[in-house]
Order: sequence, then C-alpha cells, then structure tokens
Amino acid sequence: MSIEPLTEHSFQLETVSSENPGVSTAIELRGLRREFGERAALDGVDLTLGAGETLVALGPNGAGKTTLLRVLATLLRPSGGEVSVLGARLPGEAWKVRGRIGLLGHEPLLYRDLSGRENLRFHARLHGLGEKKAEDRIAALLAAVGMERRADERVAELSAGMRQRLAICRCVLHDPELLLLDEPDSNLDAAGREAAHGLIGPGQGRTRVVVTHDPERALPDADRALLLTHGGRPLRECPAAELDPAEARTATVGVST
Amino acid sequence: MSAPPAFRVTPSSLAFRAILGKDLRTELRTLQSLPAMALFAVTTFVIFRFGLDRTALSGSLAAGVLWATLLFAAILGINRLFVAEREEGGFDAIRLAPIDRTALFAAKAAVLLAYLVVLELIVVPVFAVFFLDSVAALPPLAAVLLLADLGIAATGTLISSMAVNSRARDLLAPLVLLPLVVPLMIAATGASEPLLELGGPAYERFGTWLAVLGLYDLIFLLVGYAVFDFLLED
Repeated sequence: MSIEPLTEHSFQLETVSSENPGVSTAIELRGLRREFGERAALDGVDLTLGAGETLVALGPNGAGKTTLLRVLATLLRPSGGEVSVLGARLPGEAWKVRGRIGLLGHEPLLYRDLSGRENLRFHARLHGLGEKKAEDRIAALLAAVGMERRADERVAELSAGMRQRLAICRCVLHDPELLLLDEPDSNLDAAGREAAHGLIGPGQGRTRVVVTHDPERALPDADRALLLTHGGRPLRECPAAELDPAEARTATVGVST
Repeated sequence: MSAPPAFRVTPSSLAFRAILGKDLRTELRTLQSLPAMALFAVTTFVIFRFGLDRTALSGSLAAGVLWATLLFAAILGINRLFVAEREEGGFDAIRLAPIDRTALFAAKAAVLLAYLVVLELIVVPVFAVFFLDSVAALPPLAAVLLLADLGIAATGTLISSMAVNSRARDLLAPLVLLPLVVPLMIAATGASEPLLELGGPAYERFGTWLAVLGLYDLIFLLVGYAVFDFLLED
C-alpha cells in the first residue's frame, strides 16, 4: 500500500520561513565530541552525508552509535565540534530541524495506557497535522504495517514486535526528511521487516542514518558507512561499497582491526 | 517524499490541547492519581476528627487542617505528573516535535489544576461535614481555593519536572516544593481563617490575602514560562 506524502497544506503551521531550508548536504560533522562526565561517548567524529543518502553506523556496544543518533536528533547537546543537520547548526538552531526528523530508537515513544491509534493521533497533533489528514495518514500507515485490527488496543497489551510496528508509524507520521534509525528491525518478524522496509527503507528520497549490528543486511542499501569503536572513536568513514564485509562484521563485535 | 515545508512550528494551542487531552484521558482510564489524592485527604480528615476529638473547628485551626491536608494530597499528584513522560519516552517525543516547550508546562499545570479542583469538589464538602457548623464559608472559600490551586499547579509542575529525572523523585519533590509554597500557604490560611470562624464568615483582610495569592501565582507562572525550556535540555 502506498503512503501518500504530506504536503505543506497538511500541517497547521504557525510560522513559515520564506528561507528555503532545502540543502544538498544533509549532515556535516566536524570533530564531534560528546562526553558524559569524564567519559567520552563520541570522540572526534567527522562525517559528510548528502541529502537522500543512507549512512550505516557500525560498532560494538558502547561505541557511541545511539549517542550519535541522539545528538543528530537534537536530544543531546554536543560537547564539542561542529554539527550541522539539514542546514541548521546544532545546538543553537535545533528549533529549525525539529519536526523534520523521525527517530526510531530503543524506546518506541508510545504511552502504554493509550491505544496505538491514540498515540499516533497525539503525535500527529504535536507535529501540527490537520485532523482529517492525520486520520487518513494514520489509517494508511497502520494498514501498511498490518496493525489496523490491533490499533485500538492499549500499547501495554501489545507484543514488542507490534510496538515496533507502531513506533515505525510514529517515526514517519509527519513525513520527515531525515530518519534516524536505531536497530530498526529489532523485534520484527519477516513480515514486519518487509513492512518496515516499505516505510523506512531506502529509495524514498529521505536521508537515513541507520545504526545496526547486522552489516550484511544494511550495507547493500547504504551509500556510506561509519565504523566506530569503544569510546566513540571513529575507525573509518567511507563509501559503503568500499567496506569489506569482514571488516564490517569485525567492527560490530568490537575486535580491533 | 514531497518537498518539505519550511520550518514547521505547531501552534502552541494545538500542542497544549494535545498534551492536556492525553493526560486527562490517561487519568480517566487508569485512575492513578486522583483516587489516591482523594482517599488520602478524606483519611486525613478522619484522623484529625478523632485525633483532635472535636466536632467543629474554627479560625486558624480549621484553616490549618484544611490547607495542610490539601497540600500533602497535592504532592501525591505532583510526584506522578511527569512519570509517563520519563518512563514512556514522552519527553523525547515532545522534544522532537516542533513545539514551544512551554506548551508542556502550561498543559501539565492545567492537568494539575484540574486534579486539584476535582479533589476539592470531593473533599471540601467532607471537611465541611466533619468540621464546620455552617456552609456559608464555602462560596468565598472557593475563590481562595482556586487562587491557591493555581499557585500549587505552577510551582508543582516546575518542581515535578526537575525531580522526575532523579532516582529519589518521591523524596525530592516535597523537599524542594514545601519551602517554596510557604508564602502561598501563609496567604491561603490567612484568607481562609476569618472565613472559617464560628458564627459565619468574616472578611478581615480578605482582599489583601487574595492579592498576595494572585501575585504568587503570577510570579511562579512567569518563572515557569521563563525556565521550563532549559529544564528540558539534557
């Protein structure tokens, strides 16, 4: 089922800048650092990602992959370096990109005591979607992930895989330009992975940053790859096609190369 | 994907209504806060009734019993105000949305205000049955209750948003909140005391105390508006 893209008129915008926010470089990082106390989670990450490209971030546990996504999502402030996302410098211009980013993290960001449909309505309102447009889009997204019949049950009563399907709907509900995906296939069965691919996979013009422990599955869809190691130190940033699958696999299990 | 609109900013009124509606719907469904607040207040009145061994209270004693009970009942609601945001990712969802974050402060303060008004609709009549010889004080008392509720809602929302990220939030919120609401309690009891005198309400300095309550509300609403955005930063 195809999901109709949103247009500017789908949103109840309060202010619209006359400046065109379209950029050819979607993400630019120069010496990005993020520390938690004295511990470095990201240590000097450089990266350039073009609009519409896909980056796969690989690395063992504790390599800072999730931290990288949260910095790009404006949820964490960088401790140092330069960060530009969709043409906005972070953290100062974070307000310019909120609403243009879809984050699929470890947590589904769904309220357990609301139904899936109520959760999606809530997120649609936060993103300013008009009521009619929101209902149409929610129905289409629920159908796309096979959740129409379970959408009115409380999230607490759903399985982890079903929550992940709803989280994918939430992630793309507002038609974001940039998708930040942390293990997007987790808890999904084969049908769920296929449905997810249709919504958050490549080929829809969106810029994507995908964190994964499954390089064999992610690299064929990627344009660039970033290998991180413990303490968030970058090992390599290169076109995905140049990355040797064995090197990628080694990077994900944390064996030094 | 279509050509994106320029910087999206959701109208604050829409965000306010979305958060308020979500919280009220959740409370109606789960009844996690209000029943506990009401049960606590009624039980406390029962304890005062038998502990003081009095069938009627008046003046400062009546005002003290009423306001101490309402304040501690309010703390039960304040402790839970941001728990869903913390534990179910609501903070991240709201920080990712193109909204003015003070809409969250306003919506949460409105939720707490609604809880307090409903609480008082239940427990103030119980207080009157237990301790008052007439209900003539209740209409003017409603104005005091409403102004004090607004102050508790503003201060409670601010403190709850700070305490929720602490592991000791149940302890931290009352410890920080109680000193902050001392001026509010002085004004609320000051306004209530003459209203609850035996023989009917008096209005000594009533207007002055209402003005103090209004000033307190204004200050803490402005403080909340000014600092809430920073409290949501990592």
